[in-house]
Amino acid sequence: MSTVDSPPAPPTRTTRAAAATADYLDQRTGVGNAVKEFARKIFPDHWSFLLGEIALYSFVVLLISGTFLTMFFVPSMTEVHYHGPWAAMDGVQMSEAFASTLRLSFEVRGGLLMRQIHHWAALIFMASIVTHMMRVFFTGAFRKPRELNWLVGFTLMILGLLAGFSGYSLPDDVLSGNGLRIADGVARAIPILGSYISFALFGGEFPGTELIPRLFTVHILLIPALILALIGLHLLMVVLHKHTQYPGSGRTDKNVVGYPLFPVYVAKAGGFFFVVFAVIALMAATMTINPVWNYGPFDPGVVSAGAQPDWYMLFLEGGLRLMPGWEFVIGEYTVSMNILVPGVIIPGILFTTLALWPFIEAFATGDKREHHVLDRPRNAPFRTAFGVAFLTAFMVLVLAGSNDLIATHFHLSINDITWTFRVLLFVGPAIAFWITKRICLSLQRKDRELVLHGHETGRIVRFASGEYIEVHKPLDAHERWLRVQHEPRRPLEIEPAEDSRGVRRKGYRIDAARRRLSKVFYEDRVEPVTPAELAAAQSHGGHDALPLAQEERHEELTAGASGSRHLAPEPEDTEGTQGTQRR
Amino acid sequence: MKALAARRHHRSAPVVLLLLALLLTGAVYAIAQPASADAAQAAASESDVAAGQKLFQANCATCHGVSAEGREAVDGGAGGPSLIGVGAAAVDFQVGTGRMPAQMNGAQIQAKPVQFTQDDINKLAAYVASLGAGPAIPTEEQVDPSKGDAANGMALFRTNCAMCHNAVGAGGALSQGKWAPALDDTTPTHIYEAMLTGPQSMPVFNDANITPDEKRDIIAYLDEQRDGSPGGLSLGSLGPVSEGLWAWVVGIGLLIGASVWIGAKSS
Repeated sequence: MSTVDSPPAPPTRTTRAAAATADYLDQRTGVGNAVKEFARKIFPDHWSFLLGEIALYSFVVLLISGTFLTMFFVPSMTEVHYHGPWAAMDGVQMSEAFASTLRLSFEVRGGLLMRQIHHWAALIFMASIVTHMMRVFFTGAFRKPRELNWLVGFTLMILGLLAGFSGYSLPDDVLSGNGLRIADGVARAIPILGSYISFALFGGEFPGTELIPRLFTVHILLIPALILALIGLHLLMVVLHKHTQYPGSGRTDKNVVGYPLFPVYVAKAGGFFFVVFAVIALMAATMTINPVWNYGPFDPGVVSAGAQPDWYMLFLEGGLRLMPGWEFVIGEYTVSMNILVPGVIIPGILFTTLALWPFIEAFATGDKREHHVLDRPRNAPFRTAFGVAFLTAFMVLVLAGSNDLIATHFHLSINDITWTFRVLLFVGPAIAFWITKRICLSLQRKDRELVLHGHETGRIVRFASGEYIEVHKPLDAHERWLRVQHEPRRPLEIEPAEDSRGVRRKGYRIDAARRRLSKVFYEDRVEPVTPAELAAAQSHGGHDALPLAQEERHEELTAGASGSRHLAPEPEDTEGTQGTQRR
Repeated sequence: MKALAARRHHRSAPVVLLLLALLLTGAVYAIAQPASADAAQAAASESDVAAGQKLFQANCATCHGVSAEGREAVDGGAGGPSLIGVGAAAVDFQVGTGRMPAQMNGAQIQAKPVQFTQDDINKLAAYVASLGAGPAIPTEEQVDPSKGDAANGMALFRTNCAMCHNAVGAGGALSQGKWAPALDDTTPTHIYEAMLTGPQSMPVFNDANITPDEKRDIIAYLDEQRDGSPGGLSLGSLGPVSEGLWAWVVGIGLLIGASVWIGAKSS
C-alpha cells in the first residue's frame, strides 16, 4: 500500500467524534490492539477465495430470514381445517404446521418472499459450500497445517445437509413427507437396530405426531448453533494459519502476499455480502421455490410424479433409483440391500473418502512440511483426476435421481436411462479419472515446453544458408516462475526390510504400504524444468544438451535440500503495491 | 291352451323358446342400459353417421379396419384396436388432441396438431358411437371449471392422478419410454374424456369410481393452476430438480461472476 503521505487535513467534527468514540472504547476494552492486528492482516487476492464467503453470507441470510419465519410458523402436527385465500386448499384437513405455512405464504405480508429467500439461500448455501470445497480440494489447500480445518469444513457440509433436510421437512407437505418416509426406510434398513432407530426418531410408528416439533428444535436450535460454532472455529483457524496463496513470484510457504484487511477486504467483503443478499433476493422475488401449496398436506398414501429432494440430497435419491431390488432373509429378518447399499453404504464410502482425503494424501507423500502455496491442479494429476472422478460419480447419482425428468424432457425410456446410469456409475468415474490425468500431464508438458522454448511468435526467419527457424520469445521471469516453482513429486523410496545384519526392521510393512500408495499417486509424472535444463535450452537452443542436465539435477536437489527448494531463479521484484507478511 | 299343450313337444319348441328368451333379454337390456350411452347417438343425425363413416374409411380404416373392427399388426405394419363400443368421447379425445390419426408407432402415440375440424370430429364420433354404445362427449356444464370445487379436486387429483401426472399436472415419466402428458394446455372437455375413456396407458375412471361432479372438481383444480404461481416463475412446476438447476445456473452463476468481478477489481 503506497499511499502518498499528504499533510493531514484539519479534523472535522465527524472525525473528532469518531476518534473520541474509538478512544472511549479502547480505554475500556483495549480493542485497539485487536483492531490494529486484524486491520493489518494481509490476505491474498483471488476470486476463488470468495467462494467460502458466499457460504458465510448465505448463512447470514438464512439466519435473518429464518428468524422471520419462526414468528409465524407453528411446529405442530395437530389436525386443523384450513380456511384462507388459497382456493385449492380451502376447507382441507391438514396439520397446523402446513396450515401455518400457507398462512405465512399467503396472508403474512412479505411472508412468501421471506420463505423463498430462506429456501433459495439454503440451496445457495450448500452449492457454495460444495464449490468452496472443490476449490480447496483441487488446489491442495487441505495439506498441513490445514487438515483439521478441512475436517471442520467437512462437518459444516454435513451439518448443512442436515439443516436443509430438517428444514424442508417442516412444512409437512406431501413432498417432504415422502422424503421423511425414505429417511424412515433407510433407518429401518440398518440391520438389528433399524426399527428401534425409526421408532425413536418418530416417537412411534411413522409418521406419528411428534416429528415436526422435534425437527423444529433440531432445525432452528441445534444445527444452527453447531454451524455457528463451527464457522467460528473455521474462520479462527483461517486467521491462525493465515490464508493460502496461489503460486507466483514472491510467494513462498513462509510469507503471505496480498492486501491488508482494512480497508481493502473490509470494503470488498462487506460489499460482497450485499451482492450475495441481492442475488438471493432477486431469485426469491422472481422464481417460485418449494410451492407446498401444489403438493398439499402430507398423507402417507400419496406420492406425486417428480418427487425428488433438494439438489444436495439428490445423489441419495439417485442411488435408490439405480439399485436393483436385492434383499435376502436370514431367519426371520430381512436384510434390505436395496436400501442399505444406496442409503447407507454408498454415502458412507463417498463421505468417508472425502473426510479422510488429507490424511490419505499425507500418507502417500510422507510429507510433514507446512504448505501455504497452493497447487495448480495440473501439478497434482492424481489428486485432480481423483476429484473429477469423485464429482463424476456424484453427478451420475444426481442425474439418476432426476431420471424421470430426463425421460420426459428428452423423450427417452426411463428403463434405458436407469441401466445406462448403472453402468456409468462404475465406468464414468474411471473414464473421467483417466481423461483428467492425461489432461493434467499434457498441461504440465505444455508448461515445460513453454519454459524451455518460449512463446511462439509466428515470425519465420530464413538464414543465409537457407535454413528456416521460427523465432521463439522467451518467457518473462514471472511467467517462468509460475511454471517451474513447484516441487516434483516422486514415489517414495523406503529403507529395506532387513538391515545389514539381516534383522527385520520394525515398521517395514507400513512403509511398504506407503510405497505402494505413493507409487499409485506419483508413478506417472512430468517434472518441472530445472535450472540446468533451462540453461541448456537457452545456451544451446537445442535438445541435445538435455540428457546431461538430468544428472546435474540430482546434485541440485540434494544440495538445496536444506535451504530453498526452488529449482529455478526466482524473480526479484514483486508485482504492484501488494504487502507481504511473514507467517 | 289346448293348442299350446298339443305343440309343446314339437321339435322346434326349444328353438322358439330360445329366440323368445333372447328377445326378452335384449328388450330388458335396451331399457336398463345406461342413458349416456346413446346420448350422442340421439343427437347425431343419420347423415352425420354416414358422413362420419366416409371420413372413417378414408382416414382410419387402414389401422382400425373398414368397419372399425380392429386389425392385427402384420409384419410390423399398421394395426389398431377395435373401436366398437369406445364411444364418441374416445373419438373426440383421440382426434381432438391430434393423437389420431397416428403419425407413427412408438412407445406411445404422440399428440400433434389437430388434423380435422371439430365438425368432422363430431361426424367421426357419431359414426363410431353408432357402432356400439360407449361414453358420450360431456356437455359444457359437465366440464365447467367454475362449477367445480378446486379443494375437493386437489384431494382427488393427488390420490388418483398425481403419481403419474405430477402434483399440478406438469406430466411425468412412465416405464419403457411412455409418459403421462402435461395437462397445462388440455381443454376441460378432453380432460373429462380422458378420465372417462382411459386413453393409452391411462386407467379408466368411470362414473362409479370418480363421479361426474368429482371429475368437474378435478377440472376446477387443474384450471386453478393456470393462473400462474404466486411465487413468481413456476420453473415448470417440476419440483426440486429444476429449482436446484436454477440455483446453480442463476444463483451460483451470478455469484461466481460477482466474485470474479470483485477479485479482478484493482485494490
